[in-house]
Parts: sequence; structure tokens; C-alpha cells
Amino acid sequence: MTEALLDVEGLRVQFATEDGVVRAVDGVDFSLERGRVLGIVGESGCGKSVTSMTLLGLTRGANARFEGSVKFKGQELLTASESQLRKVRGAGIAMIFQDPMTSLNPVQKVGDQIVEMIRAHEDIDKRAARLRTTELFVEVGIANAASRIDAYPHEFSGGMRQRVMIAMALACSPDVLIADEPTTALDVTIQAQILELIAKLKDERGTSVILITHDLGVVARLADDIAVMYAGRIVEQGTKESIFYDPQHPYTWGLLGSIPRIDRPKPPKLHAIPGQPPSLVRPPQGCKFRPRCPHAFAACFEEPDLVARVEPATHLDRCWLTPDEKRGRRDETIQGTTGEEAA
Amino acid sequence: MTAPGEPLLELEHVTKHFPVREGILQRETGQVHAVDDVTLNIVRGETLGLVGESGCGKSTLGRTIVRLLEPTSGQIRFDGRDISKLGRRALRPLRRELQMVFQDPYASLNPRKRVGTIIGDPLRIHGVGSRSERKTQVQELLETVGLSPEHYNRYPHEFSGGQRQRIGVARALALRPKLIIADEPVSALDVSIQAQIVNLFEELQDDFGLTYLFIAHDLNVVRHVSDRVAVMYLGNLVEVSPANDLYEQPLHPYTISLLDAVPIPDPQVESRRKIVVLPGELPSPVSPPSGCRFHTRCPYVQQTRCRDEVPGLRPLGETGHLVACHWAEQIHAGEITPRYVGGAEISAAGAL
Repeated sequence: MTEALLDVEGLRVQFATEDGVVRAVDGVDFSLERGRVLGIVGESGCGKSVTSMTLLGLTRGANARFEGSVKFKGQELLTASESQLRKVRGAGIAMIFQDPMTSLNPVQKVGDQIVEMIRAHEDIDKRAARLRTTELFVEVGIANAASRIDAYPHEFSGGMRQRVMIAMALACSPDVLIADEPTTALDVTIQAQILELIAKLKDERGTSVILITHDLGVVARLADDIAVMYAGRIVEQGTKESIFYDPQHPYTWGLLGSIPRIDRPKPPKLHAIPGQPPSLVRPPQGCKFRPRCPHAFAACFEEPDLVARVEPATHLDRCWLTPDEKRGRRDETIQGTTGEEAA
Repeated sequence: MTAPGEPLLELEHVTKHFPVREGILQRETGQVHAVDDVTLNIVRGETLGLVGESGCGKSTLGRTIVRLLEPTSGQIRFDGRDISKLGRRALRPLRRELQMVFQDPYASLNPRKRVGTIIGDPLRIHGVGSRSERKTQVQELLETVGLSPEHYNRYPHEFSGGQRQRIGVARALALRPKLIIADEPVSALDVSIQAQIVNLFEELQDDFGLTYLFIAHDLNVVRHVSDRVAVMYLGNLVEVSPANDLYEQPLHPYTISLLDAVPIPDPQVESRRKIVVLPGELPSPVSPPSGCRFHTRCPYVQQTRCRDEVPGLRPLGETGHLVACHWAEQIHAGEITPRYVGGAEISAAGAL
């Protein structure tokens, strides 16, 4: 195993609210190696965004409680001071968000925002920082870079704004880029452009990426490893190939089965997952997916650990069914939507 | 009963322009060409999918059909009757037959009204039945869309996004319409919930013989629900075709790039794909490009015709596949190759 850049162990994030304690993240472990893309997949409220924001200390607040550990190059971030974190943000770990309009200052020129950020991290004069900003604009594919750095955010389209955000995220050559639904607000042809760009950055700069998305197509295109989250925890984790071609958890099957695919004949009916995600205040006993799982049985009232139950050993899941039972039952849900060639 | 295959809705040269006003005097300085010269039929009992990216005019077209917007010109015929010039009063009975389901289940339900009132209002307004009959009917509707009759007295905030969308569908169904225009009905929902609502739409179609105009940007979902698909770009229809045909053999360069851009949830398929990446972004609809509106971004653009000659929708092949491209045959035959393939050109693409 190569050296892990980022090590998350037993991460728990809880928020006290009027309705009770929300267990937004409930025991998450993963590590990220250099140059890899980790896709975190799940639906709204599964804790994928809270996990990534917590890495950078962005969920701290009077009502928030944290447990576990987040180590970046050996440094503990969960308990780090605000000034220590500020050094990591941008320079060590940078983040891009779903909505680039709300993440940019609308009354400051985009170039100045990036220059300011570079100079906050490095002892470098204004001209050099501007020069680097222009180079970054060229790198992320913004035309007329030299003049566009003096434009305001509203003068850019959605796709171009996301390029500005990526340029800003790259300004201090971070080791890790966290992309939280980077293309969800964009049209599909623009999404294709942005995904190409992120892939290029990974290849050319060797940046590690945490890609948070609800879109399995996006992770199929870009990720190396995948973690599937449900109700605050990872229910299945492994390489992209193992998750798509040998999925072990019924929730993963459900996700794979509920998306129609343009490259396959139309199934008579989509396999919807019945019901809704559980409350994070009063989660169900045992396996959190149990109330929606058609395969649940007595053992499911106790929650299974996230461990390897199949080959390869990096493929982990939280389901009591035996691998043979899983392989026998999953096709009905997935309807052969994947794995035609894998068999 | 009318024979199948007969059009329920016929659009002829439908155009909708919005004025652009500037200055203190609010003088009209230009026009947004939101929908331009759209000719299209929707056959009884079918689902027509309307796809395109934001700003292509698909929602404007939907709203123009139900006459929430006035068409600038052109004719809209519903059930054989010209409805494009009907006044407010004359439109009323028509509203029973033409209903709409909206994208945002949070914004399209009045938060102060109970679910029973929301769904029952169309019945009350149109004077259907007595108060108690209406209540029974609403409770039946709740069951039809997969909710429970006990939800009658609840408020919208007590429901999740998927359930709210069910309420929106029940409201649209209340008057037993012939045509439902669904504008991005599942795009605000999570995938597992999306599948529930898509299945609901299909079940209701079978049970009530509904006709749908299904407007969406998600090509996966549109493929799944549609019998035929119409693709829009910058106010124009560029391709209309039976759904399977369109996805297997897209003919218009825009459709080709659009389908290429959709990531497929299968790593092996993804790694093998040759992707035509579309450069640049949507031009302004205030001054759309001359000739073919897509020529500024088209990977297959040719020296002649594309820039100065507007391509009309014309049939190609036997299946009722219509395409608005001068070079569709040559592109289909592989005689014209795209300029950008794969990832290498992305920076050049961005620079256009």
C-alpha cells in the first residue's frame, strides 16, 4: 500500500437540534492515497457532504460534536486550531462546491479573490500572484485569461464559474481536492467539460480527489475507488470495478437498479427503492437500511461491521447475507444493468 | 373514442419571443427568441419527451401550450380545436383537460393549505360534485398516487420531496385531464425516489389513458418514459424521433454530443467510449447565430450551408425520424468526422 495522504477513522459528527441529536456522520473510516480519486456516493442526507466539510473544520459550531480522527499527512485536523486549519485549507486540501455562484464573492473581481488567497498562503508579491492566476485560468480552460481575471463572478456562466472555482482551488497546489457535487448544477455538456478538466488535473498534477456525488455515472467516469454512504455510514466500499461488477450491499443494488440507462434496452419498470431514508435523529435499530431492504432477516436487527466478506480484501460491506446469497439475489434488483462483460 | 395515432396536440410554427427592455423609458431593445417556429404533434396516449439544456426553451414551450404564456405567433390545436387565441374565459373548460406538474415540489404547493384543499381546489373551482363527494374523490386520488387517505388534513411541510411530488401529481389528475405537461417532475428528487415517481407516471398512464409531454434535461429518465423524443436547442427543434431510434442512432450533431456527454454508470463502458466533447456554451437567445443555430458549437460544422441556411426538420429513413441538419446523411454515414473527440481538446474547447 502506498502512503495515505488522508486517514479518517471512526468519524462521528452529531448536531444538537430542537428535534434531538442528528447523527449526520456515524462512524466513517476511509483513507485516500496520492493520485487516487475516491467517489463518495449517496442520496441527500446520507452524510457525504458533512463528512467532507468536517475534514476542513467547516462544520464546527456550538451545537456540533465530533469523535474519531482525521489525519492529513499525519496531522490531526479534528482537534486542530483554527489557525492551523487555515494553513491546511487551500494549500493542503482545497474544496469546490456545487454552486459556484454562492462560493464566490460577488463584489470582488475573480482574479483579486484568487490573488488574495495565494498571498494568504505564500510570501509572494502581487504581480507574481496575478501572473500565476492568469496561468491557472489558462490551465482550467478560460479563454482570454489575461482580461477575464478582472471580471466579476456574474459576468461568467455557470460552467465558467466552476472553472474559476477550480482555478482557485488549485492556486496553492493542494494535495487533495474535495469536489462536492461539482457538476450537479450544470448542464450535461458542460458537466462533460468539467469532468474532463478534473480528470486532466488528476493526471497532470497528481492531485488526489474526493468526489462527492449522487450520480453513479459520474463516478463511473472519474473515480478509482467508491464509498457508498447511507444514513451517516459507509455501507459498501471498494474499487470502482468491485462496486459496479460485484456489488454486495442491497442499497448499492437499489441505486444501480433505480437509474435508467441510455445504452441498454428499456426495462419494463425501474427498480425503485421503497420508502424513504430514515430519520437521523431516531435511526432504526440494527442495519440502517433494514426497513427498506427486501432481503432483511432476523440478524439485521444487529448492525454488521464494515468488513471484507469477498475478494479482493479491499472490498468491504455491511450486510449479513452470505456472498453466495448476495450474488443469487442481486440480479433481480439490478436487472443486469451492469456487469454484462464482468461475468 | 378516437382512433390511436390521432394527434391530441398539434403545434404549428409556434413562436414565443420575450421583449428585452432597457433604459428609463423601458424601450424594447431586442427580443429573446425563446421558442422559434416549433411544429410538433403529440399523439393520443403517447409520452413525448422534450429534452434540451437550460435555456433551450423547453419550459417556455410547455407553458405556452397550457397558455400560461401567450404565443407570439403560430397555432396550437388541442383535440382538434385552435386554442392559441382563446381568451381567459374560453380557456377555462380547457384547463380541465390540460394539466401541469411542476419541477419543484416545495415551491408548487401552497404551504398554508392542507393537502386535501390543494388537491380538491381544481374540483371546487370547476364545480365538480358536492363537498363530501369531493372529499371522497380527493381521498381516492391520494390512494391512487400512493399516499394514504389520512393525509387529507396534513400540510405540505409534513411530507418529503417525493411525497410532495405525488401530491402535485394528484392535483393534476383531479380533473381527469387528457394531457399532462410535466416540467422536470423528477429532477429535484433523489435517484431512488425518482424511480418511484417515474413508475407512478407510467402506471397512471396505463390506468387513465393519459398523454404526457415530459419535459426534462435528464436523458436517462426521458429515454425510460418516452415513446418519442424531441430535442431542442436554442428555441428550435433539432430532432424528433421514436425514443429507441434516437438513442441508438442519433442523427443531429447536437443530439450526438448530448448523448455522449451523459456519463454511463458502468466503468467498462465508460472507458471504451469515444466522447465527442461539445465546446463552448449556449449562445445568447437574444441574437441567435445565423443559419443553423448550432453551427457555432457543432463539431461537424461544414464550410457551406451551416452558417447561412436555416435547416428545416425533415424526415430521414422510414421510422418517422425527423432531423434539422443539412449534413445528417453524411454524418450518419461517417463521411464527416467530428473535430473534437476524447479529452485532448478540452482546453481548446474551453478557449472557443
